[in-house]
Amino acid sequence: MSVDATLSFEEAMEKYDPVLGFEVHVELNTKTKMFSSAPNVFGDEPNTNVNEVDLGMPGVLPVVNKTAVESSIKIGLALNCKIAESCRFARKNYFYPDTPKNFQTSQYDEPIAYDGYLDIELEDGTVFRVEIERAHMEEDAGKLTHMGGAAGRIQGADYSLVDYNRSGVPLVEIVTKPIEGAGSRAPELAKAYVAAVREIVKNLGVSDAKMERGNVRCDANVSLRPHGRERFGIRSETKNVNSLRAVEHAVRYEIQRHAAVLDSGEPVIQETRHWHEDTRSTTSGRPKSDADDYRYFPEPDLVPVVASREWVEELRATLPEPPAERRKRLKEAWGYSDLEFRDVVNAGVMDSIEETIAAGASADVARKWWMGEIVGRAKVADVDPSELGVTPQVIVELNKLVEDGKINNKMATQVLDGVLAGEGTPAEIVEKRGLAVVSDDGPLLEAIDAALAAQPDVAEKIRGGKVQAIGAIVGGVMKATRGQADAGRVRELILEKLGVEG
Amino acid sequence: MTELKNELIRHSAADLAAKLAAREVTAVEVTQAHLDRIADVDGQVNAFLHVNSEEALAVAAEVDAARAAGGAAAEELHALAGVPIAVKDLIVTIGQPTTAGSKILEGWHSPYDATVVKKLRAAKMPILGKTNLDEFAMGSSTEHSAYGPTRNPWDLDRIPGGSGGGSAAAVAAFEAPLALGTDTGGSIRQPGAVTGTVGVKPTYGAVSRYGAIAMASSLDQIGPVSRTVLDSALLQEVIGGHDPFDSTSLTDPFNDLVAAARVGNVAGMKIGIVKELHGEGYQAGVENRFNESLQLLKDAGAEIVEVSCPNLKYALGAYYLIMPSEVSSNLAKFDGVRFGMRVLPKDGPMTIERVMGATRAAGFGDEVKRRIILGTYALSAGYYDAYYGSAQKVRTLIQRDFDAAFAKADVLISPTAPTTAFKLGEKLDDPLAMYLNDVATIPANLAGIPGLSLPGGLADEDGLPVGIQLLAPARQDARLYRVGAVLETMLEEKWGGPMLAQAPELSSASTTAGGSN
Repeated sequence: MSVDATLSFEEAMEKYDPVLGFEVHVELNTKTKMFSSAPNVFGDEPNTNVNEVDLGMPGVLPVVNKTAVESSIKIGLALNCKIAESCRFARKNYFYPDTPKNFQTSQYDEPIAYDGYLDIELEDGTVFRVEIERAHMEEDAGKLTHMGGAAGRIQGADYSLVDYNRSGVPLVEIVTKPIEGAGSRAPELAKAYVAAVREIVKNLGVSDAKMERGNVRCDANVSLRPHGRERFGIRSETKNVNSLRAVEHAVRYEIQRHAAVLDSGEPVIQETRHWHEDTRSTTSGRPKSDADDYRYFPEPDLVPVVASREWVEELRATLPEPPAERRKRLKEAWGYSDLEFRDVVNAGVMDSIEETIAAGASADVARKWWMGEIVGRAKVADVDPSELGVTPQVIVELNKLVEDGKINNKMATQVLDGVLAGEGTPAEIVEKRGLAVVSDDGPLLEAIDAALAAQPDVAEKIRGGKVQAIGAIVGGVMKATRGQADAGRVRELILEKLGVEG
Repeated sequence: MTELKNELIRHSAADLAAKLAAREVTAVEVTQAHLDRIADVDGQVNAFLHVNSEEALAVAAEVDAARAAGGAAAEELHALAGVPIAVKDLIVTIGQPTTAGSKILEGWHSPYDATVVKKLRAAKMPILGKTNLDEFAMGSSTEHSAYGPTRNPWDLDRIPGGSGGGSAAAVAAFEAPLALGTDTGGSIRQPGAVTGTVGVKPTYGAVSRYGAIAMASSLDQIGPVSRTVLDSALLQEVIGGHDPFDSTSLTDPFNDLVAAARVGNVAGMKIGIVKELHGEGYQAGVENRFNESLQLLKDAGAEIVEVSCPNLKYALGAYYLIMPSEVSSNLAKFDGVRFGMRVLPKDGPMTIERVMGATRAAGFGDEVKRRIILGTYALSAGYYDAYYGSAQKVRTLIQRDFDAAFAKADVLISPTAPTTAFKLGEKLDDPLAMYLNDVATIPANLAGIPGLSLPGGLADEDGLPVGIQLLAPARQDARLYRVGAVLETMLEEKWGGPMLAQAPELSSASTTAGGSN
C-alpha cells in the first residue's frame, strides 16, 4: 500500500481553506426493523433476527415502522429542522450482496426533515453554527465479512459471509450543508459536531448511540480551496469513521493529504477513502462521482408518510431539554467552577449529581461524594459510575449521618463500602458494624485513663505545657475505641483531666 | 363412453358450495373429480406447473370431517369450504414450489404463504396446484413461460392469453372451478376474454399483494378467475380486505360483492361506451359481440352513453415505461445469492458481480431481459424525467379522464381484447404486436380502477370467445358484479346455457387417439 504524501497541518492551513461536510448515520433503537416485524437487536447469532422481508424473499412487501418515523421526527426537531407534511420513500438501486433486494429503501428528494442547524460549542466556548441540509429515513444493509485475502476487503477475498441481522435496521442519515469558515479548527469542529449529534440522539432516547457498535457512524467529506476562492475544491469522503477521536484525526489527515496533492499540481480525486486507526491515515476506496447512477424512483410499495402538524407538535412537546442548554443551566444552578463542571461532565456523573441534588443533597455534597468517592471506585470496578450501585438516597442518608454527628467522614466511607457490598442501608450498616461515634463520656474517660497510664512520660509533657504532644494520647484513645470516638471531644477531656488550658 | 368422467366438474363454485352444504357430495369427491380431470386433460392444456393432490385431498377430508361432525365445526365452515381452487404460480405457497414461470426460481419453495393463500387455507379451500404463466407475468400468451406454453381449450393451437393463461385455461377446461390470477396490465382479464371465462382485476389495494411476486408494484393486483360472475364475487370476498402486511392495501371491507351479483337489475344505470376503446384496430367479430351486449343492456333498462378518455392513446406508452421501470428494480433480487438458481461463470474470475450476471443471463428469458433493460434505461439519470416522469404525468391525466367519464356513467364498457385468441407463435417475434393485446385492459391498471371481463359470445369469423370488459370507479367493484351478472344472465338466455358448453370437448388422456367424442 503506497503511503500518500502529506503537508504539515500548519502549512496546509497557511495555503488552503478547508470545507467540511458530514453524513452521520444514526441507528434507531426501535424494537423492530424499519420495514419488518423482525427484532432490532445487536449482537445476536448471525441471520437469526430476520424474516422473509429482511431476506428480500420473492413476494414480500415493506411496512413502515411508526416508532421509527416518530424517532426521525424527534431527531429532525432536535436539529431545528422543518418536518415535511408528507414525504415518500425511494428505491436506491445497486447490486451488492449486503442489500438483499439489490436496492435500498431510502428517502431521496423528499426527506422527512430538512433545513435545520446545530450550534456547536468548541472547548474554548466559541460557538459554531452547522447548517443541516436534511435528515432522512432509510434501512441499514447487512454486514459483510470478507474471508481470506488481504485487509478484509471484498477484493481478493476467498469468500464473504453475510449477516442480515442488521439488514433493515432503521437509520436516520443526517446530512450537513457544506461547512465553511472553520479554518484550522476544522478537525476540532468535526469531533465536536459528531459528539453533539451523538449526545442529541442519546438524550432523545432514540438510539443507543454507541459508536463502537456502529449505532452512530460518520462519513466525513473534506475539500480544500485556496484562501479567498469561493468555488469548492474536489472532495473526498472518508467512510465509517467510528470514534470521536478518529473523526478529528481523519479530517486532519485528509486536510494534510489534499494539501500535498494540490501542492503537487495534481487534481484531488473524487473518491471514498477508508480510515485506518492503526496508521491514522486513509487509503483510496472506490471512485465516486456525482454521476453514480442509483436509478432512484419513488418506492411504489409504500404510501407517503404523512406527519400531521398536530402529531409534530405533540412530539415537540415531548422533547427533552437540549443537552447544551441543560449543561449551561445546571452549571449556573450548582455554582461549580468551569474546571469543576468540566470534570463532572467528563466523569459522566452529571445526571447522577442532578438526581442526588433532587433527592435533597447540596450541590457541593453531591459533587464531593460522586467525584471524591464513587468515580474512583467505579474505575476500579470498570463500570459507569451510575452503574456502581449507589443511589442518590444512599448519599443523602450518608450525608445526614455525618451532619448529625452520628458518624464521621472516615466512617462514612466505610459505610459506603458496606452499601456496595450489599450489607444494607447506611443506617443498618452503622448499626451492624457498630460504627456510631461514641458520645457517652464514661467509656471515653476510661480509655483516656488507660492511655495516660500507658504513656506517663507524654502525660507529664502535657502537664508541663507541651500541649502539642497530646496527639499521641488522642491517637491511643482513638485506637482503643476503634475510631469511634469524636477526636475533638477526646482532646477536650484529656486537657480537662490534666488540668491544662487548651 | 362418458362424455365427462364426472359431471361434478361442470358445476360453478356456487353450485358446488350448495351441494357440499347440503351434503349431496363430499369435498373429497369434488376435489378428486378435478384432480382426475387434470390428470386427463392437462397433458394437452398444460395449465398446471404443479399439482398438489395430497394436500388438496387432505384439506377436503378435513372439510368433510367437520361437516360430518356437525354442530359448531360445521357451522364455522366458510361457504366455499371444500370448493377447490388453482393458484397462479406467481403467488407464493408453503408446501409447493413457486416458479413465477421462470427457470431462475426452478425448485424454489417459499418459506411463507401469500396473504391470499392464508385466506384460502382459512376458508379450507383445497388448493389443486399452481398454474402456468408468462415468466414473471410478462406476456399476453403464456408463451414466455420457461415451462412451455399453455394451450387454449377452445383450440389447442391457440394461446390462452397471458400472463394468467394457466389459470384461465384451467377454469375453461373444467380442471378447476376457481383460480387466482394477477393482473398488471390485463393478465386476468385478457386470458378470461380469449378462453371464455370470467376474470376480475379488483380496485388497486382491494386484495393484498403480500406474497404475489412483484412485477410492477404500482399496477399489480390479485383477482379471481371463474366461470360465472357470482363465483368471482364469492372468491373476491374470500381474498379481499385490509392486510397490515401491504401498505397499499385499502381498509374498505368490499363485502357487498356477492349481494351485488345477485341484484339482477341494471334499470336506470348509465353505462358508458369509451370512444377510444373500440372501433379501429378491433376485430369485426369482437365489435359485433360488443354491440350485441350493448343492446342487451339497453333492453334491460340501462342508459347507454358515449364518453371520451382522450389520453388513453398514451396509455400503452406510459405503461411500457412505468411497468419496466418497476420490473427492473423488483427483479433485481433474483441474483443467485440467497435463493433460486445460481450459475457460475464458465471461465474468468469468480466475482460476485460475475456470478450475479451469469445467473441472470441463464435464469431469465428474453422478454424479462427486454423489460429489465427498458426499465433500467428509463430510470437512468438524465432520462428519468423524460421517461418515468412523463409516464407518471400521463397516468395522472388518465385518472382524470376516468374521473370525468365516471361523472357521466356508472360503469364503462369495452371489448376486453381487440382480437380473439391468436395462434401459438404468431406474435412471438413481434413484441409490439403482443403488447397491443392489452390496449383495452392497461388503462384500468394505470388508474387503479377495477375491471371485469366476462364471456360475450363467439366471433363470427373464427368461432372463438370474445370478452366484454366492464370498468368502475375505484372502490366500486360491486358495480362490476351487478352489471356483469345481469349481462351474463341475458347472454346465457340467448345462448341457451353457458358459453363454455359450446367449447369442443377435450380428449381424455385415457381415451385412445381418434376416440369417438
